Amino acid sequence: MTELAGASAFLEAAVRTATPLLLAATGEAVCERAGIINIGLEGCVIAGAFAAFVAGTSGIAVGYAAALASGASVGVLLAIFVVLMRRDQIIVGTALTMLALGVTGTLFRARADVSMVVVTQSETVVPALSAIPLIGRALFAQPAITYVAIALVPLVAAWLYRTQAGLALRAVGESPAAARAAGIRASAVHWGAILFGASLGGIAGGALVLAQAGTFAEGMSAGRGFLAIAIVALGRWRPFGVLVASLVFGIAMAFQFAVQSLGLHVRYELVLMIPYILTLVALGAVSRGGAPAMLGRSEV
Amino acid sequence: MLPPVPLADVAQVLEAFWRGSLGTSSAFVSGTLVRAIPLAVVGVAIATAFRAGVFNIGAEGQLLLGAVAAAVIGLEWARALGPATMVVALLAGSAAGAAWAGIAAVLRARFGVLEVISTLMLNFVAANLVSYLVRGPMQEPTHIYPQTEALPPGARLPLLFPGTRLHVGLLAALAVAVAAWWIFAHTAAGFRMRLVGASESAARVTGRVDVRAVSMAALTVSGGLAGLAGAIEVCGVTYALYENLSPGYGFSAIAVAILARLHPIAIIPSALLFATLETGALGMQRDAGIPSVVASAMEAVIILLATAASGAWQVLPRWRGPARTEPSPTTVGTAA
Repeated sequence: MTELAGASAFLEAAVRTATPLLLAATGEAVCERAGIINIGLEGCVIAGAFAAFVAGTSGIAVGYAAALASGASVGVLLAIFVVLMRRDQIIVGTALTMLALGVTGTLFRARADVSMVVVTQSETVVPALSAIPLIGRALFAQPAITYVAIALVPLVAAWLYRTQAGLALRAVGESPAAARAAGIRASAVHWGAILFGASLGGIAGGALVLAQAGTFAEGMSAGRGFLAIAIVALGRWRPFGVLVASLVFGIAMAFQFAVQSLGLHVRYELVLMIPYILTLVALGAVSRGGAPAMLGRSEV
Repeated sequence: MLPPVPLADVAQVLEAFWRGSLGTSSAFVSGTLVRAIPLAVVGVAIATAFRAGVFNIGAEGQLLLGAVAAAVIGLEWARALGPATMVVALLAGSAAGAAWAGIAAVLRARFGVLEVISTLMLNFVAANLVSYLVRGPMQEPTHIYPQTEALPPGARLPLLFPGTRLHVGLLAALAVAVAAWWIFAHTAAGFRMRLVGASESAARVTGRVDVRAVSMAALTVSGGLAGLAGAIEVCGVTYALYENLSPGYGFSAIAVAILARLHPIAIIPSALLFATLETGALGMQRDAGIPSVVASAMEAVIILLATAASGAWQVLPRWRGPARTEPSPTTVGTAA
């Protein structure tokens, strides 16, 4: 393998690895802009992954629909507790992640056939463009869900910054009282934001199964929902910032494949730590300010 | 689609739960009571942080670091330390847990990083660190199993009753709960913690409470207690370090603390209840084929129900959200 081909394959893996993170983090960014931090996002991802695994045998589209629905159902629970009952977001979110991990684990182990494999999405190769050296395959030879994830970024940015509804959502995240005075129904905005974020979290789990693994494993979300929450903070709660942060993480996580293929003498477990340590260092470097004023607070 | 879950006979399932948790004296003393020890100690750790309004959801990682430190002391220093090994191991475990939480405390105080995110990330770093240690530098001499050598007898906690697995950690857990209750209820430090947890702005306007220092201290002490629990597990139960040493105590303990409404004394029965739930679930897995991860779902449901019911009590803390700009000493008192 030439060095160029190796680098090209590495970037391709990085973008593929970044896809679920980008999906989940884009949804979480919208949710947090409305002032809600969804610690249950990890639960949305694992619920989406399990649903996609079960329904994916009936086709990829069915798999993604099921992933979206199960992510959203975790979101409904979050909204009931947080919006309707005004309970603490962190406690409820943590419980929802435990619930989703427990329920999917139980159902998975109770199944007779744990070795079932679903058909994964093949790459949608863009002719000509994918032949560009180095970055061609990374950007133009990916599963369709990657293009969806990337296309969502400008759409969500335009919606947040260029529409009345986007302004209303940001207003609720900064000052619900002022938003209410302007005639905005804050609780409706919260419901919408939570369901959007949770649905994308579910789809992120679907992408793990349908575009990457082709099967399910207990706890296969492996902290991606939590990483997505960190990515939102790293991206300064802005869609394009989230895109950049997701790609950085894709690269950090793709290192584990590179280390194996290059035969480097570095302990695998140490390489697995890199994304998490990187998060801590990067958050320390950028974190002051920028969070929606009402983030995580229940006195809305 | 999913094939229907094989429906085991309900009576058989309940009997398996009973036999696994409370039904026999050995299940109760060597199973449930032993499991309640880390749940109680980490439960107090969680309550300490939550009471001060700091959301430490990284007790799992802090516990693992405590386990690592205790294993290092027990394996490397037992000969030099002699009879003091056990005590030093527990102290080292606490220190390691406190240091691990201290990273999150410093990130929060100095750089405004949300502790919810940093403590979660540190969990993953800790889990991978343990994996690395037990497959690398700390692996047992034959290099077959991903675990350390067994601790020498001098480093192991004494058993309370011969023939059972119940160790003196039980007394340590009770002491921790009572001490925490005393500190919360009867000391100035405990009062400052509760004040900061109840209302950060009220604490600030008194001019006598350093909100930042109190938050950092609560998170660090919380980590120290979680680390102590890890050390107690290694010296009292597992006698070795390995991956998955903790079946998620750091998260189960959140349920323990919330059901106890963050009251240290109430944490003792709460820990017993959750220990019963978990050992019962293991019994159901063994004898009735029900996956034991169902316990995690049941714990989550209990947290949600307790949280829903807490509206009537209003005792649970509310997260204060991202760190706001703290007034610097020169501007304190001059703000309009």
